[in-house]
Amino acid sequence: MSLLTIRDLRVTYGTGTAAVRGVDLTVAAGRKLGVAGESGCGKSTLALALLRLLPPTARLTGEILLDGEDVLTMKWGRLRAVRWAGASIVFQGAMHSLNAVHRIGDQIAEPLLVHRRATPNAARERVGTLLEQVGLPAARASAYPHELSGGQRQRVMIAMALACEPRLIVADEPTTALDVMIQAQVLRLLERLVTEQDISLVMISHDLAVLADTCDRLAVMYAGRVVEEGPARDVYDAARHPYGRALSAAFPRIGDPASRLAPRGLPGDPPDPAALPPGCTFHPRCPVALPTCASQDPPLAPAAPGHRAACVLTTGSPA
Amino acid sequence: MTSLTWTRRRASAARFWRQYRRQRAGAYGLVALALIALVALTAPLLVGGDVRSVTDAPGTALEAPSGRFPLGTDQFGRSLLGLLLWGARVSLAVGLLAAALSVAIGTLIGILAGHYGGWFATLAMRVTDWFLVMPSLVLAIVLATVMSRSVWTVVLAIGITSWPTTARLVRAQTIAVESRPYIERARALGGGHGHVMSRHVLPNVMPLVLSQTTLCISTAILTEATLAFLGLGDPTVVSWGGMLQDAREAGAVSSGHWWYLAPPGIAIAVVALAFTLCGRAIESVLNPKLGAGR
Amino acid sequence: MTTTVGSPAGAARRPGTTATAYPRYLAGRLGGAAVSLLAVLVTSFFLFRVLPGDPVKAMTRGVPTSAGQMATLRRQFGLDLPLWQQFTDYCAKALTGDLGTSYQFRAPVGELIADKLPATLLLTGVAVVLYSAVGLWLGTRSAWRHGGLGDKLNTGVALTLWSVPSFWLGLLLIIVFSVGVGPVPGLFPTGGMESGDETGPAYVLDVAHHMVLPVLTLVAVGYAQTLLVMRASLLDEMGGDYLTTARAKGLRDDLVRRRHAVPNALLPTVTMIFINLGHVAAGSILVETVFSWPGLGGLFYQALSVPDLPLVQGLFVVFAGAMIVMNLLADLLYPLLDPRVGR
Repeated sequence: MSLLTIRDLRVTYGTGTAAVRGVDLTVAAGRKLGVAGESGCGKSTLALALLRLLPPTARLTGEILLDGEDVLTMKWGRLRAVRWAGASIVFQGAMHSLNAVHRIGDQIAEPLLVHRRATPNAARERVGTLLEQVGLPAARASAYPHELSGGQRQRVMIAMALACEPRLIVADEPTTALDVMIQAQVLRLLERLVTEQDISLVMISHDLAVLADTCDRLAVMYAGRVVEEGPARDVYDAARHPYGRALSAAFPRIGDPASRLAPRGLPGDPPDPAALPPGCTFHPRCPVALPTCASQDPPLAPAAPGHRAACVLTTGSPA
Repeated sequence: MTSLTWTRRRASAARFWRQYRRQRAGAYGLVALALIALVALTAPLLVGGDVRSVTDAPGTALEAPSGRFPLGTDQFGRSLLGLLLWGARVSLAVGLLAAALSVAIGTLIGILAGHYGGWFATLAMRVTDWFLVMPSLVLAIVLATVMSRSVWTVVLAIGITSWPTTARLVRAQTIAVESRPYIERARALGGGHGHVMSRHVLPNVMPLVLSQTTLCISTAILTEATLAFLGLGDPTVVSWGGMLQDAREAGAVSSGHWWYLAPPGIAIAVVALAFTLCGRAIESVLNPKLGAGR
Repeated sequence: MTTTVGSPAGAARRPGTTATAYPRYLAGRLGGAAVSLLAVLVTSFFLFRVLPGDPVKAMTRGVPTSAGQMATLRRQFGLDLPLWQQFTDYCAKALTGDLGTSYQFRAPVGELIADKLPATLLLTGVAVVLYSAVGLWLGTRSAWRHGGLGDKLNTGVALTLWSVPSFWLGLLLIIVFSVGVGPVPGLFPTGGMESGDETGPAYVLDVAHHMVLPVLTLVAVGYAQTLLVMRASLLDEMGGDYLTTARAKGLRDDLVRRRHAVPNALLPTVTMIFINLGHVAAGSILVETVFSWPGLGGLFYQALSVPDLPLVQGLFVVFAGAMIVMNLLADLLYPLLDPRVGR
């Protein structure tokens, strides 16, 4: 039984721009899914959609089953109960995601008071435990966000996400703003804690290498759709979709001098969601595009055992 | 100035106008102002200059509104409607002139301080800060008391007490404009201080100055009314604030003659509101982020 | 009276973030305020020297006075001395709290002001508290549902009332609620602060009864500014990521607003409220005149018509001093309210 099932999720903004165009994904209990893609591919919209946190102008269709319950059709009261207690989020850029005028201890305790009706004393104790779990002294609870370093703030975000012992944590670019050494520390910490506590993780990043390192499975998004999905190592080492290949080549591999000497970027920019190209949305940038790609948009189909891709070259002969 | 520059400026003016029209409140304000300006300009034709005459007034004193005098008469028997229309001239003129004076001083000091910097800017901004903490209404009242009773006194009193806000805004904008690369280019090509300020800085601060002027006019009109109400205006001209003072002196308050008091106040409020709406609309066109907000 | 809405000057000047910053910041602000106060003293002295009219003639109006008596008076008030000496005397005295003697009332200016100050403080204090509360509340509601009908109505009404001359609104309120229109009887006194024959709790009620209309006038023309600043400031905060975090935590909408958005948006608004407090003493001149409120505004008007130089000077110093002190308080308070700035 999977913990999270997303079926044909579509997100359209008021102006008719589709940010997410039919995404199907599943995450089994206790497993980790990485979602990769360039900025603007809809991966952050996807993260916010999971708890219906998008602005009211966004229209959502499809299904987001969290533990069998559809988030999109929940009543507000139930939705509020599920938020943070069922699934919590580690946002990118913890400077802005934490409230600058409240002490971090109070911010970590807030969901405990809301969801568990914890007494102030019990909440304080739990905050201390949580801070120690993420490697910060319990006394830091009285600090304000600006008094902490970037890495410490991100640790606070993680402690906050763990507060109500959720079944799922969504981490949206959790380490983007940090420098490399701190990035690795924070990632290890997050990975260790979710594994220890048997929490499922959906981690969103532009960095395929980081995701491949942390996650069990990987999904690659392009222009609001998943174009490739499979076991993390397979997608990273042997991507089937040309975009997946380009993305994994965009980051140098540790221990592989060839990739460092010849980094392969991808020409062009990701398409404007308001004016998507016809056919396969990737074809204008695709190094191996066929003439038919301009008119045909192939669906996600099996390309290898447990591995799916949306490309005419992997799913059979071009019609 | 090359014709290319002019084409570009005309295009940006057209774009400005298209965006302005989309601001509904601003459009209402503009229409209201156009109507009021029309009334003020044609007042001599509509009511004739003799409406102000105390000696051969057409009615008896303090008549209530009637068919002949739609707004009633004042204590001399003059038609209040006629006076109200005539008063638009002075109120608008004083408001416009005072705002123009205030913004002109503010712009001049702002541009000079922003352009030259150094000790001059420090001094200019000290003076500005000092004026900012002065209670401007008290200062205006004092100035109006000191000088002779005339329309120009009122214009001057308002103008020289209300410029500091503009000066601060314009200085900030000047500094922002001068940090752009093309100013550097203009300097390198031998453009002097005067050239840079008049050809590059001024056109770029003009939109800000425009919105500032519009907002300033409503304040100026209110201050003019206040001074006239305190008896510090020109006693020989008819203005809305002066009408309110007359009404109060004629005992309109204690005898409950609301029809004497209400129209001039409404007229002041409508004009001040119309200018405020226009100013806010201009502001939000110039700064869309602000526009969504304010 | 209206002043331009904008971000208050104090909000732009934030001290640094090191631990030692606040004492130095404090010293700087105090020094600045002292310089401003000195400048006000200088201005008030020279500005009013140009008032027309002979003060001694004004003092003796209606009383037959010989030339010798007038010379004595002149000497008594120090008016026979050269201007620079008058100025140094004035400054020396002002620094010890002595603002001179009123020509008109023949009493120390300080005493006259102290006598009228409570009435003004009461009126303007109540008015500022009320209009700040109303402005904050409506501004918050407006921003939270911005673009909606309620927002448009809110800002429309506020801007309209803002455009209304305060004295005119006061007069109209007197006609409607004190004099009475048609069948409506007069509900409130036409002016003054007390009926004069009450004591104890009845006195308090009597003063409150007298305050209703003047306070209503000040609130009506004054709340728009707080509303607009609060609205703009909250709209700025509404895109904030920390609000998404708060929503994701499962907080109810009103908790997200009250606990997270409003405290952040309040920072610039509080600064503005303090600056308003400084303005309002001078701004109430008109309302005090219209409602015959026995405060500083009325006193100023009386002093100006004589002209009673020492009294006008003294009041000017008090009005400007109030602005300087409130600006200073706003500057000093800001770093204490915002944990991001060092203290």
